[in-house]
Amino acid sequence: MSEPTPEAAAPAKASSAPPPAAAAAGHDHGHGDGHHGHSQYPHLAHHFDTPQQQFDAGKLGIWLFLLTEVLFFAGLFCAYTVYRAIRPEVFVYAHYYLDTTMGAINTCVLLLSSLTAAWAVRNAQLGQHSLLKLNIAITIACACTFMVVKYFEYSHKVHDGLLWGPNFAPKVPVWELESFKKKHPEAAEYAHKLAEHSKQKGAAATGAVPATAAAGPAVPLATGSQAVIPPLASGSAAPIPSPVAHVDAPPTGSSPAPAASAAPAGAASAAAPAAAAPAALAAAAAPAANTAPPALAPLPKPSRAALEPLLKAGLVGEKAEQREGISRPRNAHVFFGIYFFMTGLHGLHVLIGIGIFIWMFVKAQKGVFGPNYFGPIDYSALYWHLVDLIWIYLFPLLYLIH
Amino acid sequence: MAHEHHEAGDKQFFGHGEVHDGQADHGLAHTMPLPLLFGILGALLVLTVVTVSVTSIDLGQQGNLIVAMVIATIKAGLVITFFMHLRWDRIFHLILFLTSVLFVILFLSMTITDRGEYERDIESFRNAQQQAEKK
Repeated sequence: MSEPTPEAAAPAKASSAPPPAAAAAGHDHGHGDGHHGHSQYPHLAHHFDTPQQQFDAGKLGIWLFLLTEVLFFAGLFCAYTVYRAIRPEVFVYAHYYLDTTMGAINTCVLLLSSLTAAWAVRNAQLGQHSLLKLNIAITIACACTFMVVKYFEYSHKVHDGLLWGPNFAPKVPVWELESFKKKHPEAAEYAHKLAEHSKQKGAAATGAVPATAAAGPAVPLATGSQAVIPPLASGSAAPIPSPVAHVDAPPTGSSPAPAASAAPAGAASAAAPAAAAPAALAAAAAPAANTAPPALAPLPKPSRAALEPLLKAGLVGEKAEQREGISRPRNAHVFFGIYFFMTGLHGLHVLIGIGIFIWMFVKAQKGVFGPNYFGPIDYSALYWHLVDLIWIYLFPLLYLIH
Repeated sequence: MAHEHHEAGDKQFFGHGEVHDGQADHGLAHTMPLPLLFGILGALLVLTVVTVSVTSIDLGQQGNLIVAMVIATIKAGLVITFFMHLRWDRIFHLILFLTSVLFVILFLSMTITDRGEYERDIESFRNAQQQAEKK
């Protein structure tokens, strides 16, 4: 534990404030006056003249790196922006699945770690060795806390089937979520009724009531309820793409079911994904089906307050025939693709940050940092602040959608 | 604890805050005073609370997004200016950073405009597709 650079040996520039005249001389960064031998600065690389030059070169380097990082993330922010512009309802729909509390906790944790990182730079500059180590340790601890919270968030997502692409199969429909119920109690209630209603109607229309009842539970809840939703054959000439026009097509990619009209004939095709065999059965049961529907009273007209949140989340459409059923907006899985990519890349940066700060801790343990050599701490902290910066934007964009 | 660096004037163009009061300068770069560090953290936390609580208020179609982005940008500004020392750093680093921001804005706005440009084509394609599916 040797103190490499005694304070007294620091160049005149550091030890005392230069007279105003010298400061005003200005544009000299210390190349002119202080050509001390390198032996005085054990951490000065041989290709630099002064610690100042070394520090400035490193700082320029880290800023250039941060610049590329900003552009790197910009690609993902661009994907987000474009998709949100195209399909705002998907974002409204999906954000109910995110845990704002966890996101807010992580925001605070990262902000705190940013403080300790900035403080660590100060400690290094002032040669406060034990405080430096403490602040680096707190930064690492905060970064780990962030990752632990992220782990819980991710495992909930995996558990609830909230994944990207064809893996997207939410176990719980959005209107059954606590976050949705809390925000829009009426809408949640109405959506529940609507889902039940269309389920019954679908069951009745397919004719083979016991058969579908038996087949129903085999499919996961969400897909099950969707399968029986009367296909939302939307007004074809809709000037705006109807957000709810289609239920997500199964990953097989066959031409989507909604082609069928809502007429009884469509009932058979609604059941089509199941198998070809029951088709004849359904046709045979058709007369029976025709007698069943009258028993089903139409739902009362929902209040605007109940309907608004459903419209905004793309669960029902603007047109009357799009309100007979309820389904998640088309391509909702893209949100989770964006979510996992953005938070995952950010999380990777946090992991790298943990590695960097462990390295800095080891260096600090050796006591190498002081007024003439604190560049590595400064650069690490700058990187860490950028990671924080990206989260500052990610948090409202992903978690705080209105 | 007044850390008035404003009088440093144009010398800040070349950085390092060479005019200082006691603890501001320790050789290679400006040292952040502790009260300022904690003040910034406090401001950032308050803004986080604000941005979370403002979500529950309806501010119109794009209103909430705009407010959230404005708050995020203020937070980002605080982090860049103080935590990242840009307030006392070389102006060249600020220029570098702003250049990247400029290119991000160009990138986003061009993509958005481009996307809007083909909106109509995409619409007609989608409608035609739906028509075909109906038949």
